[in-house]
Amino acid sequence: MTMKASNRRVDGVTILDLSGRITLGEGSVVLRDQIRDLISKGEKKILLNLGDVTYIDSSGIGELVSAFTTVRNQGGELKLLNLTKKVHDLLQITKLYTVFDVKDDETSAIKAFTK
Amino acid sequence: MTIDRVSYTLDSTLDSVNKAEQAAEEAACKIPFEDEDCHRIAMAVREAAVNAVLHGNAYDPKKKMTVSFENTGESLVIKISDQGRGLRDEDIPDPLAEENLLKQSGRGIFLIRSFMDEVHFRQLQPGTEITLVKHIGHPSGSAAEASK
Repeated sequence: MTMKASNRRVDGVTILDLSGRITLGEGSVVLRDQIRDLISKGEKKILLNLGDVTYIDSSGIGELVSAFTTVRNQGGELKLLNLTKKVHDLLQITKLYTVFDVKDDETSAIKAFTK
Repeated sequence: MTIDRVSYTLDSTLDSVNKAEQAAEEAACKIPFEDEDCHRIAMAVREAAVNAVLHGNAYDPKKKMTVSFENTGESLVIKISDQGRGLRDEDIPDPLAEENLLKQSGRGIFLIRSFMDEVHFRQLQPGTEITLVKHIGHPSGSAAEASK
Protein backbone atom coordinates (compact mmCIF):
# COMPACT_ATOMS: atom_id res chain seq x y z
CA MET A 1 0.00 0.00 0.00
CA THR A 2 1.47 3.33 -1.01
CA MET A 3 1.07 6.44 1.04
CA LYS A 4 -1.90 8.78 0.81
CA ALA A 5 -2.02 12.29 2.18
CA SER A 6 -4.73 14.85 2.67
CA ASN A 7 -4.81 18.02 4.69
CA ARG A 8 -7.34 20.05 6.60
CA ARG A 9 -7.16 23.21 8.67
CA VAL A 10 -8.35 23.50 12.27
CA ASP A 11 -7.89 26.67 14.36
CA GLY A 12 -4.96 27.87 12.27
CA VAL A 13 -3.21 24.50 12.33
CA THR A 14 -2.78 22.42 9.18
CA ILE A 15 -3.36 18.77 9.91
CA LEU A 16 -1.74 16.44 7.39
CA ASP A 17 -3.47 13.06 7.54
CA LEU A 18 -1.12 10.36 6.26
CA SER A 19 -1.91 6.71 5.60
CA GLY A 20 -0.01 3.73 4.25
CA ARG A 21 3.74 3.31 4.06
CA ILE A 22 6.37 6.04 4.29
CA THR A 23 9.30 4.32 2.61
CA LEU A 24 12.05 5.06 0.11
CA GLY A 25 10.40 6.09 -3.13
CA GLU A 26 6.81 7.12 -3.35
CA GLY A 27 5.87 7.54 0.33
CA SER A 28 8.86 9.71 1.17
CA VAL A 29 8.38 11.80 -1.96
CA VAL A 30 4.69 12.39 -1.21
CA LEU A 31 5.51 13.59 2.29
CA ARG A 32 8.31 15.86 1.03
CA ASP A 33 6.08 17.39 -1.64
CA GLN A 34 3.24 17.95 0.83
CA ILE A 35 5.52 19.74 3.29
CA ARG A 36 7.06 21.90 0.56
CA ASP A 37 3.60 22.77 -0.72
CA LEU A 38 2.36 23.78 2.74
CA ILE A 39 5.49 25.86 3.42
CA SER A 40 5.15 27.61 0.06
CA LYS A 41 1.59 28.57 1.04
CA GLY A 42 2.85 30.08 4.27
CA GLU A 43 1.52 27.31 6.52
CA LYS A 44 3.80 27.18 9.54
CA LYS A 45 1.81 25.17 12.06
CA ILE A 46 1.75 21.61 10.84
CA LEU A 47 0.46 18.54 12.63
CA LEU A 48 1.37 15.23 11.02
CA ASN A 49 -1.30 12.65 11.80
CA LEU A 50 0.48 9.27 11.53
CA GLY A 51 -2.41 7.21 12.95
CA ASP A 52 -2.92 5.30 9.71
CA VAL A 53 0.74 4.96 8.79
CA THR A 54 1.29 1.22 8.80
CA TYR A 55 5.01 1.16 8.09
CA ILE A 56 7.96 3.48 8.02
CA ASP A 57 11.57 2.70 7.10
CA SER A 58 14.79 4.64 7.71
CA SER A 59 14.11 6.74 4.61
CA GLY A 60 10.68 7.62 6.01
CA ILE A 61 12.23 8.50 9.36
CA GLY A 62 14.67 10.72 7.50
CA GLU A 63 11.79 12.40 5.72
CA LEU A 64 10.09 13.13 9.05
CA VAL A 65 13.34 14.67 10.33
CA SER A 66 13.67 16.68 7.14
CA ALA A 67 10.07 17.91 7.46
CA PHE A 68 10.74 18.89 11.07
CA THR A 69 13.89 20.89 10.25
CA THR A 70 12.38 22.45 7.12
CA VAL A 71 9.38 23.77 9.03
CA ARG A 72 11.51 24.89 11.97
CA ASN A 73 13.93 26.73 9.68
CA GLN A 74 10.97 28.66 8.31
CA GLY A 75 10.05 29.73 11.83
CA GLY A 76 7.24 27.22 12.09
CA GLU A 77 6.30 24.26 14.25
CA LEU A 78 5.76 20.64 13.29
CA LYS A 79 4.28 18.11 15.69
CA LEU A 80 3.43 14.42 15.37
CA LEU A 81 0.06 12.92 16.23
CA ASN A 82 -1.19 9.37 16.85
CA LEU A 83 1.93 7.26 16.51
CA THR A 84 1.39 3.53 16.03
CA LYS A 85 3.45 1.25 18.27
CA LYS A 86 5.83 0.42 15.43
CA VAL A 87 6.51 4.08 14.61
CA HIS A 88 6.75 4.92 18.32
CA ASP A 89 9.36 2.17 18.81
CA LEU A 90 11.37 3.37 15.82
CA LEU A 91 11.47 6.93 17.13
CA GLN A 92 12.50 5.60 20.55
CA ILE A 93 15.44 3.55 19.33
CA THR A 94 16.65 6.33 17.02
CA LYS A 95 16.42 8.82 19.92
CA LEU A 96 14.07 11.00 17.89
CA TYR A 97 11.12 10.64 20.23
CA THR A 98 12.51 13.44 22.36
CA VAL A 99 13.28 15.61 19.32
CA PHE A 100 9.72 15.58 18.01
CA ASP A 101 6.78 16.95 19.95
CA VAL A 102 4.55 13.88 19.94
CA LYS A 103 0.86 14.08 20.81
CA ASP A 104 -1.87 11.47 21.05
CA ASP A 105 -4.92 13.72 21.10
CA GLU A 106 -5.79 16.05 18.23
CA THR A 107 -7.52 18.72 20.28
CA SER A 108 -4.70 19.10 22.79
CA ALA A 109 -2.16 18.92 19.98
CA ILE A 110 -3.78 21.89 18.24
CA LYS A 111 -3.84 23.84 21.51
CA ALA A 112 -0.14 23.12 22.01
CA PHE A 113 0.88 25.21 18.99
CA THR A 114 2.16 28.68 19.73
CA LYS A 115 -0.64 31.24 19.32
CA MET B 1 18.16 -31.63 10.95
CA THR B 2 17.08 -30.13 7.65
CA ILE B 3 18.63 -26.98 6.29
CA ASP B 4 16.43 -24.91 4.02
CA ARG B 5 18.11 -22.40 1.74
CA VAL B 6 16.68 -20.18 -0.94
CA SER B 7 18.46 -17.54 -2.98
CA TYR B 8 17.33 -14.74 -5.29
CA THR B 9 19.26 -12.66 -7.80
CA LEU B 10 17.48 -9.37 -8.31
CA ASP B 11 17.82 -6.21 -10.37
CA SER B 12 18.94 -2.99 -8.71
CA THR B 13 15.47 -1.50 -8.38
CA LEU B 14 13.10 -0.41 -5.64
CA ASP B 15 10.81 -3.22 -6.74
CA SER B 16 13.59 -5.65 -5.79
CA VAL B 17 13.80 -4.04 -2.36
CA ASN B 18 10.10 -4.73 -1.87
CA LYS B 19 10.56 -8.32 -3.10
CA ALA B 20 13.45 -8.91 -0.69
CA GLU B 21 11.41 -7.50 2.17
CA GLN B 22 8.44 -9.69 1.32
CA ALA B 23 10.63 -12.80 0.97
CA ALA B 24 12.17 -12.04 4.37
CA GLU B 25 8.78 -11.77 6.02
CA GLU B 26 7.72 -15.07 4.49
CA ALA B 27 10.98 -16.81 5.50
CA ALA B 28 10.77 -15.47 9.05
CA CYS B 29 7.11 -16.37 9.52
CA LYS B 30 7.75 -19.86 8.13
CA ILE B 31 10.34 -20.62 10.89
CA PRO B 32 8.15 -19.40 12.73
CA PHE B 33 9.27 -16.28 14.56
CA GLU B 34 6.76 -14.21 16.49
CA ASP B 35 4.94 -11.52 14.49
CA GLU B 36 7.02 -8.74 16.03
CA ASP B 37 10.28 -10.45 15.09
CA CYS B 38 8.98 -11.23 11.58
CA HIS B 39 8.36 -7.50 11.14
CA ARG B 40 11.82 -6.58 12.45
CA ILE B 41 13.59 -9.15 10.28
CA ALA B 42 11.71 -7.95 7.20
CA MET B 43 12.58 -4.35 8.02
CA ALA B 44 16.27 -5.22 8.54
CA VAL B 45 16.31 -6.92 5.15
CA ARG B 46 14.59 -3.93 3.56
CA GLU B 47 17.26 -1.61 4.98
CA ALA B 48 20.07 -3.88 3.79
CA ALA B 49 18.45 -4.19 0.36
CA VAL B 50 18.11 -0.41 0.08
CA ASN B 51 21.82 -0.08 0.88
CA ALA B 52 22.67 -2.68 -1.76
CA VAL B 53 20.49 -1.22 -4.50
CA LEU B 54 20.88 2.49 -3.76
CA HIS B 55 24.30 2.96 -2.15
CA GLY B 56 26.02 -0.17 -3.48
CA ASN B 57 24.78 -0.70 -7.02
CA ALA B 58 23.49 2.87 -7.45
CA TYR B 59 20.50 1.54 -9.46
CA ASP B 60 22.94 0.31 -12.13
CA PRO B 61 20.92 -2.07 -14.36
CA LYS B 62 24.06 -4.10 -15.05
CA LYS B 63 24.61 -4.81 -11.36
CA LYS B 64 22.61 -7.34 -9.36
CA MET B 65 21.64 -7.81 -5.73
CA THR B 66 21.70 -11.33 -4.31
CA VAL B 67 19.57 -12.25 -1.31
CA SER B 68 19.63 -15.64 0.39
CA PHE B 69 17.75 -17.08 3.34
CA GLU B 70 18.98 -20.12 5.23
CA ASN B 71 17.30 -21.87 8.12
CA THR B 72 20.12 -23.70 9.93
CA GLY B 73 17.78 -25.02 12.58
CA GLU B 74 19.40 -22.72 15.13
CA SER B 75 19.17 -19.45 13.23
CA LEU B 76 17.78 -17.69 10.22
CA VAL B 77 20.83 -16.53 8.28
CA ILE B 78 20.25 -13.90 5.60
CA LYS B 79 22.95 -12.73 3.21
CA ILE B 80 22.54 -9.69 0.97
CA SER B 81 25.24 -8.75 -1.47
CA ASP B 82 25.75 -6.07 -4.08
CA GLN B 83 28.32 -5.39 -6.78
CA GLY B 84 29.01 -1.80 -5.83
CA ARG B 85 31.98 0.15 -4.60
CA GLY B 86 31.94 -1.43 -1.15
CA LEU B 87 30.86 -0.33 2.30
CA ARG B 88 33.21 -0.21 5.26
CA ASP B 89 31.54 -0.79 8.60
CA GLU B 90 33.91 1.62 10.35
CA ASP B 91 32.91 4.44 7.98
CA ILE B 92 29.29 4.41 9.13
CA PRO B 93 28.62 7.35 11.48
CA ASP B 94 26.67 6.88 14.72
CA PRO B 95 23.14 8.17 14.04
CA LEU B 96 22.56 8.64 17.78
CA ALA B 97 25.41 11.13 18.13
CA GLU B 98 24.18 14.61 18.89
CA GLU B 99 25.61 16.03 15.66
CA ASN B 100 23.90 13.33 13.56
CA LEU B 101 20.50 13.22 15.24
CA LEU B 102 18.83 15.59 12.77
CA LYS B 103 20.50 14.22 9.66
CA GLN B 104 18.14 12.90 7.05
CA SER B 105 19.99 9.65 6.37
CA GLY B 106 22.35 7.21 8.08
CA ARG B 107 19.99 5.12 10.23
CA GLY B 108 19.68 1.98 8.11
CA ILE B 109 22.63 -0.02 9.49
CA PHE B 110 21.76 1.10 13.01
CA LEU B 111 18.21 -0.25 12.62
CA ILE B 112 19.56 -3.52 11.19
CA ARG B 113 21.80 -3.94 14.24
CA SER B 114 18.88 -3.12 16.53
CA PHE B 115 16.64 -5.76 15.00
CA MET B 116 19.05 -8.66 14.38
CA ASP B 117 21.16 -10.76 16.77
CA GLU B 118 24.30 -10.68 14.62
CA VAL B 119 25.39 -8.47 11.72
CA HIS B 120 28.56 -9.10 9.73
CA PHE B 121 30.10 -7.32 6.75
CA ARG B 122 32.37 -8.90 4.14
CA GLN B 123 34.08 -7.13 1.29
CA LEU B 124 33.59 -8.69 -2.13
CA GLN B 125 35.47 -7.99 -5.36
CA PRO B 126 33.52 -5.88 -6.12
CA GLY B 127 30.80 -5.15 -3.62
CA THR B 128 29.70 -5.82 -0.06
CA GLU B 129 27.99 -8.78 1.56
CA ILE B 130 26.07 -8.23 4.76
CA THR B 131 25.02 -11.23 6.84
CA LEU B 132 22.06 -10.89 9.17
CA VAL B 133 21.46 -13.57 11.80
CA LYS B 134 18.41 -14.08 13.99
CA HIS B 135 18.58 -16.90 16.50
CA ILE B 136 15.57 -19.16 16.70
CA GLY B 137 13.86 -19.58 20.04
CA HIS B 138 15.15 -16.38 21.62
CA PRO B 139 12.35 -13.86 21.16
CA SER B 140 13.64 -10.34 21.62
CA GLY B 141 12.03 -7.70 23.83
CA SER B 142 10.54 -4.59 22.34
CA ALA B 143 12.94 -2.48 20.33
CA ALA B 144 12.24 0.42 22.62
CA GLU B 145 13.19 -1.62 25.68
CA ALA B 146 16.31 -2.86 23.97
CA SER B 147 17.46 0.69 23.43
CA LYS B 148 17.25 1.67 27.08
